[in-house]
Amino acid sequence: MQFDKEFDASGLACPLPIVKTKKALADMAPGTVLKVVATDPGSVADMAAFAEQTGNALVESGTENNKFVFFLKKA
Amino acid sequence: MAAKKMAIIATKGALDMAYPPLILASTAAALGWEVQIFFTFYGLQLLRKDLSGIAISPIGNPAMPMPVPMPVVVSILPGMEAMATSMMKAKMKKKGVASLTELRDLCQEADVKFIACQMTVDLFEFDKSDFIDGIEYGGAAMFMKFAGETDVCLFI
Repeated sequence: MQFDKEFDASGLACPLPIVKTKKALADMAPGTVLKVVATDPGSVADMAAFAEQTGNALVESGTENNKFVFFLKKA
Repeated sequence: MAAKKMAIIATKGALDMAYPPLILASTAAALGWEVQIFFTFYGLQLLRKDLSGIAISPIGNPAMPMPVPMPVVVSILPGMEAMATSMMKAKMKKKGVASLTELRDLCQEADVKFIACQMTVDLFEFDKSDFIDGIEYGGAAMFMKFAGETDVCLFI
């Protein structure tokens, strides 16, 4: 999937993947896509909840090289 | 849609109890919530400039996981609290858990409002210079004004 920016949250535990994803999105233009890579298993449910509550769409998620990946479209 | 609001009363100053208010506040702020934390009694320790004194004690803490079973009589020995604290901090670092200072900075960056309880500041004779900048001082009525408007209100 195409993306405009990548944020690597590997090794970070709750709540850092979410809090830092929010920061990574801050300077992005609406409609652009952020790729987030994480190793925290809790981030799977958390990222979906983050997307739902902030309006940034979780357009795709899955695993890549045994890590979790998320693609968020900035609202 | 108006932003949701959360108020937290932070009353504890031990390492394990210091985390929940800061984790929830930083997360809620990342979700776009308006958040205030009212620090009172031992919770005031979380506003000190230097958080290195925040500790965890194995005494009276039977649920704390230990590498080996530890009789209570051992846990009261001098140095056991420092040992338990350094072990817990090392484990947190290894697992990628943020330090309290980092979480607190993230809260402040995200405009979480910190309020120190004036009564307990005076009770424990803290000086305002003991605390970080950017905090407010107030009492129960000030807290209730915001708490009354919140979606989530927690006592920790």
